[in-house]
Amino acid sequence: MKVYLDNGTTTQVAKEVLDAMLPYFTEKFGHPIFVYSLGQEAADAIEKAQKIISKTVNAKPGEIIFTSGATEANDLAIRGIAYANRKSGNHIITTKIENPSVLRVCEELEKEGFKVDYLDVDPQGFVNLDQLQNSINEKTILVSVMHVNDEMGTIEPIEEIGKILREQKHKIYFHVNAAASYARVPIDVERMNINAMSISAHKIHGPKGVGALYLRGNTPIEPIAYGYISLFTLKPGTENVPAIVGFGRAAELAFDGFEKHVEHMRKLRDRLMTGIEEKIQHVVLHGPKGDKRSPANVNYSFKYVEGESVLLHLDLNGISVATGSACSTRKLEPSHVLTAIGVKPEIAHGAIRFTLSRYNIAEEMDYVLEVLPKVIENLRKISPVKPGAF
Amino acid sequence: MPVEYTERSLLKYSQQIIELFRNPKNVGEMENPTVTAIEGDPTCGDMMQMFLKIDGDKITDAKFLSFGCAANIATGSMVTEIVKGKTIDEAEKISIKEVSNNLGGLPMLKMHCAVLAYKTLKKAIQEYRQMKAKSEVPKTPAQGQKDG
Repeated sequence: MKVYLDNGTTTQVAKEVLDAMLPYFTEKFGHPIFVYSLGQEAADAIEKAQKIISKTVNAKPGEIIFTSGATEANDLAIRGIAYANRKSGNHIITTKIENPSVLRVCEELEKEGFKVDYLDVDPQGFVNLDQLQNSINEKTILVSVMHVNDEMGTIEPIEEIGKILREQKHKIYFHVNAAASYARVPIDVERMNINAMSISAHKIHGPKGVGALYLRGNTPIEPIAYGYISLFTLKPGTENVPAIVGFGRAAELAFDGFEKHVEHMRKLRDRLMTGIEEKIQHVVLHGPKGDKRSPANVNYSFKYVEGESVLLHLDLNGISVATGSACSTRKLEPSHVLTAIGVKPEIAHGAIRFTLSRYNIAEEMDYVLEVLPKVIENLRKISPVKPGAF
Repeated sequence: MPVEYTERSLLKYSQQIIELFRNPKNVGEMENPTVTAIEGDPTCGDMMQMFLKIDGDKITDAKFLSFGCAANIATGSMVTEIVKGKTIDEAEKISIKEVSNNLGGLPMLKMHCAVLAYKTLKKAIQEYRQMKAKSEVPKTPAQGQKDG
């Protein structure tokens, strides 16, 4: 049995999405910049995708700017807004558990003279709102907080943060990385008082290489890459029309029956979590339980074993998952997210993340619950670290 | 800022490594080992324990336990396999290159996991030599280890 449970990393392109994209490679290959019919066909297709996506987050079509993915959207939003508002202040607030596509950008801005505060999170990964209040000063121009943490599924109190920022005496722009929440947790940019928000197609059964930045009208922003930039975009270069079409179709599918999809994933999530806790000893859950956890995320550490070994044994049984083990990274340090919630490195090394999609089924969870306990048991048998060691 | 980048193959496991990971050799605890050694630390993500049975300076049996990745487990298997039947002097001369070659080449980014098995062997041999220097060949199991 093949079970794909790494949908938080990337997803399979839906058949309907591929079908929608194909004509835009061959017959409808025009450049959207020109008014001849082939060009207009492409421009119309982009507008249609903007319309579909804007509706899913309660925005206006013109507020959707396509990028190469959430990473580029994060960079464009954070650097673009920081540069454009430098005269008002140089202070940015974010959190310790952001994706590197936010953290690395902030670190670069620090080198350029910006001051960045990285908020702490509690043991379940929730941002400390008092600390946020206290960090705000007259130089603060931007706050960037992720909606759902990609590793442990914590749903951050975005609406409350939006409210805090709305109540300030001066304008503070609010950026949200919604790559892990889009099509999993409801988003309303008006209610949440969001100015800029990053989303990605390949996490919702769309193609890789395309994402979008929602940017509220009249938000001052500077481009971060140069070349010819049309009136309708913020970045240079020819738009990836087939991918944009695919993104639109993927959003359409994900939001057609959104609540049903979410309920389906939540049930599978709870089935998997309950099963793991019943069948395996010495496990540590990362992130919260219940409504404040993404319906698509399950993340446990299996003590006394190493994550990459678990990942590979599951793979040998047809199951794809992700790990927080450092062994697969450049730096060989455990996940910064798990470190931020206070997980000891020896436990972080055994973290396994299972991420769901609406296409997963209950039988797949049962198969994982059959294979996983054996894998953990076998690895514990050959581990020199025995229960009680930590 | 300039940034380092490299080839994807540097993280790729060979068939031999995957096979030894799937069916590791010489894995498990040893009853009454002549000597045992531990290297690494779970906080750093990998740890290995090795057991050697030595008879008149000849390694008659070798086993290991691993808290580590596939490279670590496969190298543990290979190192214990190579040293069986070798004398202490011969075992000490084994190079990491020889181990790597036997595994169809270790991915460069995984070298640190592989080196651990190698270091555990060296440590076990060192401890054996110290033990021997103190009281000739010991007749009792190594201290601090439970049987079975």
